[in-house]
Amino acid sequence: MATRINPEFVQRAVKIQLFGLTGFTIGILFFIICFISIKGLPQISFEFLTSNPVDMGRSGGVFATIVSTIYLIFVALVIAIPLGIGAAIYLTEYTRESWVTHIIRFGTECLAGIPSIILGLFGFAFFVMALRLGWSILSGGMTMSIMLLPTIIRTSEEAIKAVAYELREVSFSLGVTKWQTVTKVVLPAALPGIVTGIVLSIGRCIGETAVVIFTAGSSLRLPGSFFDSGRTMAVHFYILAREGISMPNAYGTAAILTLSILIINLGAYYIMRQFLKKM
Amino acid sequence: MSEKIVVKDFNFYYSNHKVLSDLNLTVKANSILGIMGPAKSGKTTLLRVLNRLCDLIPNIHVDGEVFLDGENILLPDLNVDKLRTKVGMVFDKPVPLPRSIFENLAYSPRIHGMKDKRKLEELVEKSLKLAILWDEVKDRLHEPATKLSGGQQQRLCIARTLAMEPEVILLDEPTYGLDPISTLKIEQALQVLKKNYTIVLVSNNTWQVARISDNVAFLLMGELIEYGSASEIFTVPKDKRTNDYISGRFG
Repeated sequence: MATRINPEFVQRAVKIQLFGLTGFTIGILFFIICFISIKGLPQISFEFLTSNPVDMGRSGGVFATIVSTIYLIFVALVIAIPLGIGAAIYLTEYTRESWVTHIIRFGTECLAGIPSIILGLFGFAFFVMALRLGWSILSGGMTMSIMLLPTIIRTSEEAIKAVAYELREVSFSLGVTKWQTVTKVVLPAALPGIVTGIVLSIGRCIGETAVVIFTAGSSLRLPGSFFDSGRTMAVHFYILAREGISMPNAYGTAAILTLSILIINLGAYYIMRQFLKKM
Repeated sequence: MSEKIVVKDFNFYYSNHKVLSDLNLTVKANSILGIMGPAKSGKTTLLRVLNRLCDLIPNIHVDGEVFLDGENILLPDLNVDKLRTKVGMVFDKPVPLPRSIFENLAYSPRIHGMKDKRKLEELVEKSLKLAILWDEVKDRLHEPATKLSGGQQQRLCIARTLAMEPEVILLDEPTYGLDPISTLKIEQALQVLKKNYTIVLVSNNTWQVARISDNVAFLLMGELIEYGSASEIFTVPKDKRTNDYISGRFG
């Protein structure tokens, strides 16, 4: 009789291996954060955060790029959130599954699959040139919102679907209309999931370069309005590193980028927890 | 006693399957109608027709007439939201809304235009008292409703329906899965409530139907087998199938 491997042993071996694989993933994250922090944190100071870049970024700080990034996120979200959540509500509450919803869903998935550089090119051709908006925060934000839509629709849809059907039945049985049910019962219950999607989107905005270079340009001046060109932190980092302008400042920017994503994630997590406690 | 609900030659189809056939039934005002029958006999479907919650199910078709105070509630252009404020419903599973006890009760009245805080508070207190829950929750009205026990949650659901000030209350297995004490409290509440409301109760618990109903309808496979006063049906049932069911020979 062939030797049979003891199932207990297999069980233990598998557990250790799976733990190892998980650990490896976390390890990579940890390594990246450490690497960026060690190289970049020493560059960061109050001065660095609050002064504008001087001499193409060889010296000075990154204030203008922080402002540009925030403006861009703002424009992108203001457009993408209502469109995305609206579409998600329509798909989940106002239609029944049919070939129409399948096509819409397939469409959003295709949209998610478009490489950002192509989207950037489209934004350049459409917003910058055809609509004559020029390289501006507005062009960039609008193009970016197209990129974010699939994420927001998808996560909102999942969050709305996860709300127990019984809650809707109860609300209807209390003589409450569908729209009131959506706004007073369904959306509040789905909010944690929706916010998660929005936070993910902010992360993508902060990290995106291809779309921004094509549509918002790379002007280092502090943008005065949404019609001005601006350079986001990610683009600034790209140009500093790619053109060898200043590696220390590039790492400093990278550290701020990474930290801000971390802070946004933690902040959103904390707010969600406070919110859930009240329910 | 006047007739509150009249069901006339009513048929209900789901896809091509007949769920209820040729139903004729009346519910008298200020009484409790108990509907009993084995699973899949169409009890819940009938209940959901009475507040048009059946509209949520795709591929259904109805014919016949159902009158509430002489008004046909099956008309397609009927304002169902208004109907549902008149015909409240309590489900087999207690489903508190994810908000406080007070807000659960205030939800519907507030949406229907009651803004005055004093009036709302009075209404909440009155409704909780009617559902025999007030004494247990009066000091923690602003705590999440989900923290209540199963039996308390179900009484909260009854109170929430009452706060809407309906005329008819539909109950779908309201004591399903509850302990005997919670069940007793709910049954006591219903006995008091029938003075001011018309109640339709669906229950798998034959003895519960016997205990609290004035009239009883026995449904089997979508057909009304027998309908009459509780004392008649439980002592001298006319149909053999009714007799078999209440004596526990099937179902």
